[in-house]
Amino acid sequence: MIAVERNFDTPRWQRIALPIVSLVIAAFIAALVLAASGHDPIATYRQIYAASFTSTGALTATFVYATPLLFTGLCVAIAFRMQVWNIGGEGQLYMGAIGASGVGLALGGWPQPLLIVMMMLGGVLAGTIWALLPGLLRAYLRANEILTSLMLNYVAGLFMYYLIYDSTSYWRDLTSPTALVFPQGKDLLPNASWPGIPIGSFTLPFGFVAGAGLAVLLLALIRFTRVGFEMRVMGDSPAAANYAGMRTKRMIVAVMALSGALAGLGGASQIGDFSHVLDPRGLQQAQYGYTGIVVAALAQYNPLAVVIVSILIGALINAGFALQGPSFPPGLVGTMEGIILFSVLGGEFLGRYRIRIGRALQQTPAVGDASGSLSVDS
Amino acid sequence: MDIRDVELGAASAPVATAGSAPAVATVGVTKRFAGGVVANNRVSFEAKRGEVHALLGENGAGKTTLCNILTGLYKPDEGEVLVDGRPVRLHSPREAQAAGIFMVHQHLSLVDSLTVAENVVLGWSRQRGLGFSARQVEAEIGEVALRYRMHVDPRAKVWQLSLGERQRVDILKALYRGASILILDEPTTVLTPSETEQLFSSIREMVAGGSTVIFISHKLPEVLAIADRTTILRKGRSITTVDVADTDARQLARLMVGHEMSFDVVPRAADAASAPAPAPPVVLELDHVSAQGDFGTEALKDVSLTVHAGEILGIAGVAGNGQRELAEVVAGLRPFTRGTIRYAGKPVTPGDAREVIDRGVAYIPEDRMGTGVSPKLSVTENLILKSYRRGSPHAGPLLLMKQADAQAARLMERFDIRAPGPRTLVRQLSGGNVQKVVLARELSSQPRVVVAASPTRGLDVGATEYVRRVLVDAAKQGAGILLISEDLDEIVELSNRTAVLYEGRIVGVVDTARANYEQLGLMMAGAAS
Repeated sequence: MIAVERNFDTPRWQRIALPIVSLVIAAFIAALVLAASGHDPIATYRQIYAASFTSTGALTATFVYATPLLFTGLCVAIAFRMQVWNIGGEGQLYMGAIGASGVGLALGGWPQPLLIVMMMLGGVLAGTIWALLPGLLRAYLRANEILTSLMLNYVAGLFMYYLIYDSTSYWRDLTSPTALVFPQGKDLLPNASWPGIPIGSFTLPFGFVAGAGLAVLLLALIRFTRVGFEMRVMGDSPAAANYAGMRTKRMIVAVMALSGALAGLGGASQIGDFSHVLDPRGLQQAQYGYTGIVVAALAQYNPLAVVIVSILIGALINAGFALQGPSFPPGLVGTMEGIILFSVLGGEFLGRYRIRIGRALQQTPAVGDASGSLSVDS
Repeated sequence: MDIRDVELGAASAPVATAGSAPAVATVGVTKRFAGGVVANNRVSFEAKRGEVHALLGENGAGKTTLCNILTGLYKPDEGEVLVDGRPVRLHSPREAQAAGIFMVHQHLSLVDSLTVAENVVLGWSRQRGLGFSARQVEAEIGEVALRYRMHVDPRAKVWQLSLGERQRVDILKALYRGASILILDEPTTVLTPSETEQLFSSIREMVAGGSTVIFISHKLPEVLAIADRTTILRKGRSITTVDVADTDARQLARLMVGHEMSFDVVPRAADAASAPAPAPPVVLELDHVSAQGDFGTEALKDVSLTVHAGEILGIAGVAGNGQRELAEVVAGLRPFTRGTIRYAGKPVTPGDAREVIDRGVAYIPEDRMGTGVSPKLSVTENLILKSYRRGSPHAGPLLLMKQADAQAARLMERFDIRAPGPRTLVRQLSGGNVQKVVLARELSSQPRVVVAASPTRGLDVGATEYVRRVLVDAAKQGAGILLISEDLDEIVELSNRTAVLYEGRIVGVVDTARANYEQLGLMMAGAAS
């Protein structure tokens, strides 16, 4: 008989070594796949490295993908840690983009620093409201937030489409003749573009700096504050949180709101840092919300690790686009991403559990509880 | 009559009755579990063909373990099982079923979305081959149902049936598969009185047809109503077998509860507190309180209790009679539907745990690992689980963990919590130390009321003694303690007064010093009020 057992007490070094070993194994498996499909693995890895980091403009492009993933990764990490399963980062990001672009359009004449703050607030507010819906439903009506938040992604996506393609909304460009034939969003004024931080030829997006700062703040919130303490207890044992008199329903709503605010800020950063226009197709194809779940999982829901993982995944996505071509089909890029995810999550599982072959230990029923417990022994 | 005489009588080996061999018997069956728990200690009993044989005992007396041995789930460490007088080795439920032994568990094993007929033939059918004729099975089941007067529609889906009907399906399943020895594990728990009557008449049909029914229960009136003979188990031993016709509830209760008096191991709170003449103030008062259980049934019915400062009020009763609900209602974790609860005279909002905590109510929950602590957090963090809101060191919204660690280290010393340090995770501690963490947190806040639910369950002797002493000390310092326990010895040893809970009602409240086990046992089994 094969039994999977919980392995408590993982040493600290193992938690750091495990993802690294997993990545090496993933690289090895991916090399096999590459070789089997007629590519030179070493050359391909060199290409990937160059396309993500070293060639001209590569690092800047990597951060184009890393920045939204940082926000959606934080959105998922903070929620999942508290056992609030917010799958709605995608929709919350759309709403954030709608909010921020709306504010950017309306307050275009304001001084830039003030305008940036207002755009951020617009994104945060829209994302928060969108996350509050499933949060309130979960806390007070016990509606499964996985389903509700997921469904709201589609609602948000359709709403975004409606604003640009099916209506003459405030967001839609109705001035130029081409825009009347091919619907598109109104461009924001240059004033509403967030200033990047130039480091040599590389430009660090403003949003990424803000996100990294938030990651530090979130970690501090969780570790050192009373609210963070409540969150940790709730994440570990909701029954214990209830027992301690914590307002668990309010906590669920608050965590959901915080999570949605982060995704909404990601949407604002999309507008302010990169697109400067509400672009429903681009946002939907990117799927930053769903990839954020992967980022958070790889980071083991640690906000600081999310910062690093978002850069790595951003690099991989960027390289994927760079490599794509007749000799390197996009499916191969997806395969490699899948292998990495599988290895790292598999490694994490094996670190937390151990597989035993042989007879399971006979468990002792609790004393005084002999009757009624029939499944203590298999 | 002295219990000891009966026990001596039981020591003699079971004598086979003249005529045929017993349908099923155990001889000296012993079952030990890892950790030194002896669930069955040389248990011998025999059930004759065509009789209803009751196994009577408190929770933890070893009834279920014995049945798991009879049905092949456990292998006995010593002793043997005999079927029709021949020793058998049962390695699995399938082998037990081949020998005609079937068990109907408290938790029924049915598939809700299938019909009655489909459930009955699931995994075993009289028909051979791959074909399956629903109509034929339905007819066969109808036949069995008619014979044993167990009406149930074979075409109904299981989810449409009441709990009583579902149990009937489980019994039919066993009969359809040719059960000659049927074990029913506390079958009446889920039944209404009229359903119980129906079950009893079906049982009579079965034994009239030559089957043997082993009826597990801790309810005396039922055993007296249905059983021919009963074997009493206590603390893993078979005490004796008696003819039900020759006994009464009083004797059975005494046999079931036993006589091991262990008074004065811990000085009772009573000795100190009952001396002063003026009655100490009431710290906890339940006034006609009713509350629902997890499944919407009424688990507490019109409960009225008072606990005075410095007093331990014991709540005795067999598990599942509303103890957990009572503890949760008092701790504010379960809303009550009727009545009032007052702490130090002032009523509270139903189900508001924070308000209850702020009134100075400490709660030691039964499920200490699942509820009482947050296992992945440290000892320090678990010690401030309630006080983080105001008492523990903080600066604005920041928790000062270094200072909290220092406080925790002091508490660890005072409450003898053995852990490498305050940052050790609670899940790495032993059961006794986890309970000490709970006690340290709950009792160091100088509570006015302490609710302790099965506080020594699963603990070793040393930890048990420690927990009891700490509770008595808390009472001496003026806390009113509600001690809910299935261990009658514990209640008799510690409490000043004892209330007995049976089917969600308080059957009676007695002065523990003047109560005897017999009276309490009768009350717990619902035989007296």
